[in-house]
Amino acid sequence: MAGKQPSARPLSPHLGVYKWAPSMAVSIFHRITGDGLAIVGALMFLWWLGALAAGPDAYAAFVACVWHDPDAGTVHRVTNILGKVVLVGLTWAFFQHLFSGLRHLVLDTGAGYELKINRLWSTLVFVGAILATAATWLYIAKEALNG
Amino acid sequence: MGNGTRLGRVRGLGASHHGTGHWLQQRLTALGNVLLVVWFFVSLLRLPLGDHGAVLRWAANPTVALALILMVVSVFWHLRLGLQVMIEDYVHGEAARLFAIVVLNFYAIGAAAYGIFAIARIAFAGGSAA
Repeated sequence: MAGKQPSARPLSPHLGVYKWAPSMAVSIFHRITGDGLAIVGALMFLWWLGALAAGPDAYAAFVACVWHDPDAGTVHRVTNILGKVVLVGLTWAFFQHLFSGLRHLVLDTGAGYELKINRLWSTLVFVGAILATAATWLYIAKEALNG
Repeated sequence: MGNGTRLGRVRGLGASHHGTGHWLQQRLTALGNVLLVVWFFVSLLRLPLGDHGAVLRWAANPTVALALILMVVSVFWHLRLGLQVMIEDYVHGEAARLFAIVVLNFYAIGAAAYGIFAIARIAFAGGSAA
């Protein structure tokens, strides 16, 4: 848009001139986590769902690639680690986007624009997402250890 | 918020040419996602995910299959709207933007169709095959 206009006109200040605040961070993380879930999360879900529908062999191949392979070759040893990294990342993105999205639904009612309240809620979104992700994976680890 | 021209007010579409429809749909599908994805997330945690037969029996249950289809519709509608905003913000130039939006629609609709078909396949045949 700006490229087509004569360059003499003043431009609005770009992101670089602002001091970072929690509200700005939570906004850009809402977009990053949303787009991440929309592409990586959705494709992982469809991969899992397609394998589930295709039968026991396809499902076992999915589990062996993403989670755990009983006779792990080199490739699956790498993909098992990558799979868990992606799943932890998706869990965090899910909670970050969920809590941030709930914040947006409250903001839509016109509440929460006072500076202190806004800063508090933005900070709580980050803290909540990290705590919820940690709790989820501690639960998964505990279940795995108990067999 | 400005009042715009008389014709603009009648059409109610504003500068974006699609009015508040996009915004409202994003909120409504967000509510759907809160209910359905949280349910799906908790279900995944409670399922023995390594056991194909057990997961298949769960997904083949009519209520579960219906909820999964609703979740696919809500999620893929929501992500289509969200990715559209990203494209509109970051992809410049009419042709490139139009192309990106077309690719996005193919992805969102195609992926949702794949998901719904997989759930239908599980619900109509999978439960007994396990």
